Amino acid sequence: MIELAVNVGWGTILAIKTIVVLAIIPLGAIILGYVFLLKMMAHMQSRLGPMDPGGFHGWFQLIGDGIKFIQKEDVMPAKSDRRIFAIAPAVVVISTFLVFLVLPTGPDLVVSDLDVGVFYALAVSSLSVVGVLMAGWASANKFALLGALRAAAQLIAYELPLLLAVVGVVVMAGTMSLQGIVEQQQNGAIFGWDGIGNPFVFAQIIGCVLFLVAAQAELTQTPFDMPVAESELVAGYMVEYTGFRFLFFFIGEFGTAFAFAGLAATLFLGGWAIPHVTDPGWSNVLGPIVLLTKVMLVAFLMFWVRFTYPRLREDQLQAVAWKFLIPIGLANILITGALKVAF
Amino acid sequence: MSVDFAVDRQAWRHLADAQVNVELDTGDMILNLGPQHPATHGTLRLVVRLDGERVVSADPVIGYMHRGYEKLTEFRTYPQVTTLINRIDWLSSFANEVPFMHGAELLMGIEAPPRAQYIRNILTELSRIATFLLFLGEMGLQVGALTPPFYGFRDREHVLNLIEAATGGRFHPNFNRIGGLKDDLPWGWVNECRNTMKVVFDACNTLEELVAENEIFQGRTRSIGIIPQEVGAGYGVSGSNLRASGVDWDLRRDGKPYLVYPDLDFKVWTHPDGDSYSRYWVRLQETREAARMVVQMLDRIPSGPIMAKVPRIIKVPEGEVWVETENPLGQMAYYVISKGATGPFRVKIRSASFSNVSILPWLLRGVYVPDVITILGSLYFILGDIDR
Repeated sequence: MIELAVNVGWGTILAIKTIVVLAIIPLGAIILGYVFLLKMMAHMQSRLGPMDPGGFHGWFQLIGDGIKFIQKEDVMPAKSDRRIFAIAPAVVVISTFLVFLVLPTGPDLVVSDLDVGVFYALAVSSLSVVGVLMAGWASANKFALLGALRAAAQLIAYELPLLLAVVGVVVMAGTMSLQGIVEQQQNGAIFGWDGIGNPFVFAQIIGCVLFLVAAQAELTQTPFDMPVAESELVAGYMVEYTGFRFLFFFIGEFGTAFAFAGLAATLFLGGWAIPHVTDPGWSNVLGPIVLLTKVMLVAFLMFWVRFTYPRLREDQLQAVAWKFLIPIGLANILITGALKVAF
Repeated sequence: MSVDFAVDRQAWRHLADAQVNVELDTGDMILNLGPQHPATHGTLRLVVRLDGERVVSADPVIGYMHRGYEKLTEFRTYPQVTTLINRIDWLSSFANEVPFMHGAELLMGIEAPPRAQYIRNILTELSRIATFLLFLGEMGLQVGALTPPFYGFRDREHVLNLIEAATGGRFHPNFNRIGGLKDDLPWGWVNECRNTMKVVFDACNTLEELVAENEIFQGRTRSIGIIPQEVGAGYGVSGSNLRASGVDWDLRRDGKPYLVYPDLDFKVWTHPDGDSYSRYWVRLQETREAARMVVQMLDRIPSGPIMAKVPRIIKVPEGEVWVETENPLGQMAYYVISKGATGPFRVKIRSASFSNVSILPWLLRGVYVPDVITILGSLYFILGDIDR
């Protein structure tokens, strides 16, 4: 596979990489949307609708939804800031797009293996708040504005625990490159036993839980879905969007869920690595499948919580972040650092 | 001299205070919640003045659904009126019919036979269960949980099926006649009802675990929207909302006896706190109590006719009557004046939600926007019941 990549020249490789990453967002969004939003939720809530269209298990529902979104009229509020209103959904999707650039799916299957991969991923993922603020402000709608301001406050507050949770992993792995973190987990051993490598989920269980909680907040999913609270703000910053632009937000939401699940799988569950498979050829073939399995596992947890829990209030939400998650994150770093030095 | 000094000092202190308490004027934002808003159950409009996310004042604007039922009743005969009053509180429409029919029967001096009374009572309690199951689920949605409302709807479906089997209508049965009922119960209905009550108990347990015992739900509803006893009673709040404030008052037990409630053995649930959580808790217990009452009535239901002897053309003798009952949403009352014609001369409808909503400006002052929604949800009003 390395030979192949070298032979075809950099222009072709760039084109392939761009197409793959461009395709992975809608693809991830479709997979998560279909499996969890339509099927799992329908089972959990005994919904009849999503199980009906198309005959077998309601397979047609997602296609029908897509067709519906595309044929809707593109409404723009009269007083909106038209240009910003139009750009905002794209900004949200682009921030997701940038995360996938560093997410490794195999020893060679990564667009760009940055030395500061984790740092970069977290930094670009928080760019979406700009898009959200743009959408809320440009909509010229009070509900949208409230939603956008809540989103900004929330994303900033939960950026910290997210970062602190990752610092523990970085300390253990000794590198910020995502590829390096995966290799550390593949080659590691739990107290001398290297049967399954050393997924950081065991040593960094606190960090893992912190990461999942904070990611849930970054994704504005229940119990942290104040910005889109459908029973009070109707849909928050998305309230004025229709048709294709709304679909963009929708893809952005599930694409980001896919990206965060991928990050969690890479940081804590070992990513694409298969223990004892060191042959890069086999790893390149099996890596994406292994990673997808782990992503689905993490996403299942995320969506399970999303469909079960009620929503916190704005002040409670901030209190959870500042009084609870951040101190735990700091303590986790301290303990990890001490143990790293000790062993 | 000394007087001047004192005055001066007073003036200076005032100035100092003014400077210490300088606050940036951020300006209030006026937010229109409704008339089209998912949390307002239809067309209630709240004009909310916001300081940040805190409510400075809230004014309910009602009347978007006014249909003029009080006036319309004056142009209908007594049997036709049920079609209208069905639609006041559309979730528990059977319970709306009962007090009006009871009032007309009181004026005519006839009484429905015991079997009809029992069936009426069972259907009233069934509509209470259906209404509350919807509330118990939907309250989860107000707090942001997506799953409970579907459980509420799913299990309410069983109860609605029962009502449909007995009356032919799911929402608007129009089943009462002056002096009795249109039909007897269909064959096998009593057993089916017994089975459904088991479903209701299960549903209550599920929703209690899923919603009421959830920490986030408790954090969102405990000590939020507290209605003190005196204030609640002063605004005319009634039903479960008032019982959740600790007022032990239930017209089924304390009012003029109607239907077969005097023969039944039931407990009136109260909660001392008066917050949103206690309103949820009281309704949960009342759903179970209603199911227990239905089981009791199914054990005792007598055989016999379902219609008393009534003339072919119903003319109600001159007079006036005030009938009040405990509806799922609270105290429901009709004041009927008859001038001896085939239809009523004037009907005044006292509906529970109208008074329950009147407390909102007092209750919503100073709460956060998300709490507005939980408080609205926990008061549980039906727009048709407010506007009539």
